[in-house]
Amino acid sequence: MERSPLLRQVAHQRQTLFDEGLLDEQFVRLEELQDRTNPNFVEEIVTTYYQDTSRLILNIEQELERRPLDFGRLDGYMYQFNGSSTSFGAKKVKAECSLFREYCRAGNGEGCMRTFQQLKREYATLKRKLEAYFQLARQARLTQTASPPG
Amino acid sequence: MATAGEVFRRSLTETVGQVCDDSSSSSELHVLAVDDSLVDRKVIERLLKISSCKVTAVESGTRALQYLGLDGERASVGFNGLKVNLIMTDYSMPGMTGYELLKKIKESSVLREIPVVVMSSENILTRIDRCLEEGAEEFLLKPVKLDDVKRLKDFIMKGDGKDGGETRILKRKRLDDYASLSSPSPSVACDASSPLMPSSSPSARSSKRAKLRNKD
Repeated sequence: MERSPLLRQVAHQRQTLFDEGLLDEQFVRLEELQDRTNPNFVEEIVTTYYQDTSRLILNIEQELERRPLDFGRLDGYMYQFNGSSTSFGAKKVKAECSLFREYCRAGNGEGCMRTFQQLKREYATLKRKLEAYFQLARQARLTQTASPPG
Repeated sequence: MATAGEVFRRSLTETVGQVCDDSSSSSELHVLAVDDSLVDRKVIERLLKISSCKVTAVESGTRALQYLGLDGERASVGFNGLKVNLIMTDYSMPGMTGYELLKKIKESSVLREIPVVVMSSENILTRIDRCLEEGAEEFLLKPVKLDDVKRLKDFIMKGDGKDGGETRILKRKRLDDYASLSSPSPSVACDASSPLMPSSSPSARSSKRAKLRNKD
């Protein structure tokens, strides 16, 4: 049976997230943990990820306004950010986290600030594209249940 | 009708299952997961539930010790009377680290029998060493995979983690598995980048170190 155009669109959008390097195989592993008994697992994790990371972004922003910069604390926050991003599979965001931590270790404040801006951009892109994908996936699920299997 | 019979049998099994639920000899492992990251707690919880384990997830070492009743009379028994069969803890946590939690558990005469596994997103050899020396069964690199959990579960179900000999056998076996994949070199150098390991798997390294230690 041929896939409906909507399902094909969903699959394509999902693949783009990987092709563009936004997500890595950890995300696939999370998807594999989802089943009928836990049909919203991935979206739950996504929500938790946003909660975790938005708090950390605020903390880091506050820290970056301090003078002198406390690289220890900054590194601590970014360690948590990196951890959550790793567990989620946020590949590009994770890369920015690592870079930020390197700048912390080098005591390079400018590098930290520059990287943080880049990180926020990547993070915003990820959020936007994930939201679009989940919305489409939800739409597809609704149309699936509306029409009985042939 | 067969259908009615099936339904009856199914519900009977469920009832029996529930009755046996709080027995420590239940086939289900009860795992205490300790991690300050909510994302990680949710993931590990899911991994464990898929592997048919009961899970209690707490956010700190302090909460873990409270749950284990280290400060109370009932050791290794949680609030709901379930014995803890395995503790999985993150290494880096604010306040009490996973390492400190591990130490406290191994220092306790009532809790030391519980196998402890340490998880970390950082692959630092001194960290791995320290944990294994302190008595951790295993050191897992995050993100933890379903295979890791399944392997742990099999290991715990076999020997309850009490038999140190069995621990060595399991770790040595895994080392042999890796050895058979690449060149049959018997040398186990104390070197992380040993050509023996096809990949830099920390669990392979941990088994290598365990083997070295056991030789002393």
